[in-house]
Amino acid sequence: MKRLVVEDIEKCVGCGLCMFACSRKFAKRPEIGNSSSAILPVSLSGFERGATVIFCRACEEPPCAQVCPSGALKPKKGGGVVYVESLCLGCHYCVEACTLNAIFVREDGKIAVCIHCGYCADYCPHGVIAYKEVEA
Amino acid sequence: MRDAVLIIDLDNYTYEVEHRPDLFEKWLGGTGVAVQLMREHMNPKADPLSPENVIVFATGPFTPAYPLASKTVAMFKSPLTGNLGESHAGGRTATSIAAAGYGAIVIKGASKKPVYLVVENDKVHFRDGRVLWGIPDSLIVGRIIAENEPGRGTRTMMRIGGAGEKLVRYSCVTTETYRHFGRLGLGAVFGSKKLKALIVRGRKKYLPADAKKYREVYDEIYRMAIESDAMKKYHLLGTAANVIPLNELNALPTRNLKAARFEKAEEISGEALAEYNLGRRIACSHCPVACIHLAVLRLPYENEPYFFRTIMISYDYELIYSLGSMLGIGNRDDLLRLIHRVETYGLDAMSTGVCLAWATEALERGIIGEKDTLVKLAFGDVEGYLKAIDFIYEQPTDFYKHLAMGVSHAAEVYGGKEFALAFGGNEMPGYHTGYAAVLNYLTGMRHSHLDSAGYSLDQKAKELSPEETIDRLIEEESWRQILSSLVVCFFARGIYTPEVISKAFEPLGYSISPDELKKLGREIYREKARLKIDLGFNLDELSIPRRIFETPSLHGELSEDFVKKALEYYKKKLREML
Repeated sequence: MKRLVVEDIEKCVGCGLCMFACSRKFAKRPEIGNSSSAILPVSLSGFERGATVIFCRACEEPPCAQVCPSGALKPKKGGGVVYVESLCLGCHYCVEACTLNAIFVREDGKIAVCIHCGYCADYCPHGVIAYKEVEA
Repeated sequence: MRDAVLIIDLDNYTYEVEHRPDLFEKWLGGTGVAVQLMREHMNPKADPLSPENVIVFATGPFTPAYPLASKTVAMFKSPLTGNLGESHAGGRTATSIAAAGYGAIVIKGASKKPVYLVVENDKVHFRDGRVLWGIPDSLIVGRIIAENEPGRGTRTMMRIGGAGEKLVRYSCVTTETYRHFGRLGLGAVFGSKKLKALIVRGRKKYLPADAKKYREVYDEIYRMAIESDAMKKYHLLGTAANVIPLNELNALPTRNLKAARFEKAEEISGEALAEYNLGRRIACSHCPVACIHLAVLRLPYENEPYFFRTIMISYDYELIYSLGSMLGIGNRDDLLRLIHRVETYGLDAMSTGVCLAWATEALERGIIGEKDTLVKLAFGDVEGYLKAIDFIYEQPTDFYKHLAMGVSHAAEVYGGKEFALAFGGNEMPGYHTGYAAVLNYLTGMRHSHLDSAGYSLDQKAKELSPEETIDRLIEEESWRQILSSLVVCFFARGIYTPEVISKAFEPLGYSISPDELKKLGREIYREKARLKIDLGFNLDELSIPRRIFETPSLHGELSEDFVKKALEYYKKKLREML
């Protein structure tokens, strides 16, 4: 199956194009801004020291789904989660549960989590992230 | 369009939000809107360092919709020139202000005690800044606040160093460590308001009017940014690519413009820096280009072998000119040490270099003595300059108090105006290319080379009359009002043509034709000229340092007569316009 992966973190320049791309990922309802972004490049106290790109790594046993009280986050076959927005209470238990801090809070209080669609990878100008086949 | 204006009053620690569709629909954003907000909120007679001065930060309608719209316009009354202050910066400031939901932020009044501000979506937090006050190193201030405030990756952090606190009239506001609201002394205005930093974070979303079209236009602009030649120059060596060509054209100001050619230009060129020092490149938010070039400077500990400080230092053409050739510094490590020192205190590099170059010549000529400068200043001698930069911050003598007020002021007090390289009170940028550059410095609304790109016109056209030169400069500056209202990076001007801009507006639900854009550019120019005149600008008071006519430029020796004729014509044009 295909997954979003970090190819070479040392190449990150901190432009944030992946973050803005993530907001545009739904063809019928692209957003402008970062509210619904589920990917975030951060620096190690300044991008000159290097970067971390934070997004869901598609755990086999996702702690976020385990703590979700309403069934909004469900484990997906092969790893990661399916997010059913209409069931989300905005309790943010999942935000606390994620070891990577890869669940983000949207403007409306609901959450944003990577669905491994790969849309952002096409906008990484420097080959930091890629969308590719991995073993399940 | 995003139309919220956040107005923060430091006198009473209050804030309010106004929705101003009238302003943003008419003037787009950025410069266009900032001019109007200045008119509304500031008494034009205000002392720039009094609570009456106002700071406006304005973003534009293309942020964060499109790539390369990464800039924010700051407008204020300049404590350096006493006139219009306008400075642009990249980093993450624009996207963060947009993410917090604002088109513009206005800061009024002055705090009684040091504070820093945190804008978080709809809230403003007034944070106690007393402990941070007095920390001279803007890099350290950044690190402390970064530890205390959430928002990693999405926040912007604008702050001042010691120079701003000490009201050095050409102190800057640094954002995201390596970008600056550099020119005209915004740092001192922050300092006068006891404002150490402004942090903005948020997570707002906007919806395009036409979803399908929006993604298409986005992709078109993105592809141009990464594939076309329009931005190639900035992709490779960065602005430092200019050093060698300008030197070869006899246009690189050297040793206080006693010459326009530097024998060590190769050593401090973009090519040499890229080959020997370039350590990383980073980007402003939402820009794929990553034109921020960071050099690695390895400095050994003084007394312990095999220990090194490894410092990353951002360099650009303007710094190489002002702290390199202008000071006769032809060694890269020396140059980087000077840049780092200026960065530490939060000084404008161009103004600092020009001030030190003037001081060196004034010392050579005996106008001032070592009792004034406390240290021997000599072209090429880095140690003296490093100390002198400390003194501009510390201001231990009357001389440094005056030098901290700019080169025009210092020359007013000590003499040596003929070689004090400032125009309209703003220290000269690094292009001695000819008439268009000089006229650009004189007539540009910010007295900045970026106002009307005279340096570029000089290189493109050789035989222009005084009138043609002025016409071309006004036309360029008018168009740039649109770019700085959107606010897109001037480096992306090859991509954002009137046609592309018009097309990019459509999916956002706003319609404006290429011709209407050009017309609006002229209107914003006129509005800005009006504001400038209200603030006290008088063309008749402009003076030109003699040195400009003594040292041959790309266009050879310049004639005063040509400049006079051009200024007369400009005056006439301005009168007609207003």
